[in-house]
Amino acid sequence: MAGELVLLDFWPSPFGMRSRIALAEKGIPYEYREEDLRNKSDLLLQMNPVHKKIPVLIHNGKPVCESVIQVQYIDEVWHDKAPLIPSDPYQRAVARFWVDFVDKKIYELGSKIWKTKGEEQANAKKEFIECLKLLEGELGDKTYFGGESLGYVDVALVPFYSWFYAYEKCGDFSIEAECPKMIAWVKRCMQKESVAKSLPDQEKVYEFVLQLKKLFGIE
Amino acid sequence: MAESNVMVLGTWASPFVLRVKIALHLKSVNYENHEENLPESKSDLLLKSNPVYKKVPVLIHGHNPICESLIIVEYIDEVWTTSASSILPSDAYERAQSRFWAAYVEDKFFPALRRLLIGATEEDKKAALAEVVEGTVVLEGAFGELSKGKAFFGGDNIGFVDIALGSLLGWIEVIGKQCETKLVSEAKTPRLVQWADCFSAHEAVKDVLPEVDKLADFGLKLRAKILKALAPTN
Repeated sequence: MAGELVLLDFWPSPFGMRSRIALAEKGIPYEYREEDLRNKSDLLLQMNPVHKKIPVLIHNGKPVCESVIQVQYIDEVWHDKAPLIPSDPYQRAVARFWVDFVDKKIYELGSKIWKTKGEEQANAKKEFIECLKLLEGELGDKTYFGGESLGYVDVALVPFYSWFYAYEKCGDFSIEAECPKMIAWVKRCMQKESVAKSLPDQEKVYEFVLQLKKLFGIE
Repeated sequence: MAESNVMVLGTWASPFVLRVKIALHLKSVNYENHEENLPESKSDLLLKSNPVYKKVPVLIHGHNPICESLIIVEYIDEVWTTSASSILPSDAYERAQSRFWAAYVEDKFFPALRRLLIGATEEDKKAALAEVVEGTVVLEGAFGELSKGKAFFGGDNIGFVDIALGSLLGWIEVIGKQCETKLVSEAKTPRLVQWADCFSAHEAVKDVLPEVDKLADFGLKLRAKILKALAPTN
């Protein structure tokens, strides 16, 4: 069942981190391959010809693209260890809804925070906090979004924590001050080895963002 | 008699609502149809059932609201399992492929189609048209891969990708007529042309498809409304 597993990834990608966490949670060995996105490998272009993006999970030579699809695939193939997705169809639909919400909102708004200034940045910050508050509402009093153990929404959302410091520095605001419950949840997640080992250091991500700003000529 | 505990909040013109109805028909599930008067007004039930986006479709099963059309289709497939065929494949890898192509339709193809509908300038329209046509060619390739020589993306039966893309056929025809081009053409995408006919004629589909003339009329009004809203004010 394990077979050969390769993950084509890029260290600061929150999408790649999702698959890293899922694989780690289930204790599945795999080969991690770092891609240089300015010089994409033939393998990446061959395995994801449609989008040419990472992460790509290659299982026995066959590619699975898109992080949410990968996490579902990993959960379905290695279903006996650390299940991430609820077994009840309604709970599953709810989890999928919130993962989709994270995909639609968090990455784009976060990107606007470090890429823009003035009114556009202010609006992005406001909406970003509103989205985190909605997610706090969904979390409620649970330990994790998945309940007592890490679930699909946790895995989809927690990678963005590695970008929080960069957003805060660029946007001059404190996420913890606005959303303390969210940060408390993050800290619980970070206690898990699967999460801590899959997320890069926030300072490193901030340095990377500064490099990107230079490259794009953003002040 | 409609099953009293399944309700669809929708609008007749929405391809996303159509996906849900097709899935319910495939599974022979009776439901109560609740037509929303969008965008003029949103019912209290809609606002309560989908507080995050306030959009259709919403499937209400018992007391549980489910939102986002592709999520609803997967839910329907997982709950009503006794009927003839499943919408998603049983093999995990094939399921991943189906989800990939449904996501492609959602995230790449549909936005390009929408840009073509509301394109304000000739330049915008030209760019959007190129993207849509390229999309159809990519989907023609996907059809070859997934159908394995059968009539549908799902093989012998309508599957997830068929529903995701097939629900857009009415709009594809309407927008094509507006641009005086066949967006799904015999020349570039012969297999998709055949597939479109099979899909539209299917038992579970033919009675829920909106009339193309009605859709064309609606499309013109929608385009005018959107352009008016986007126009800079003096």
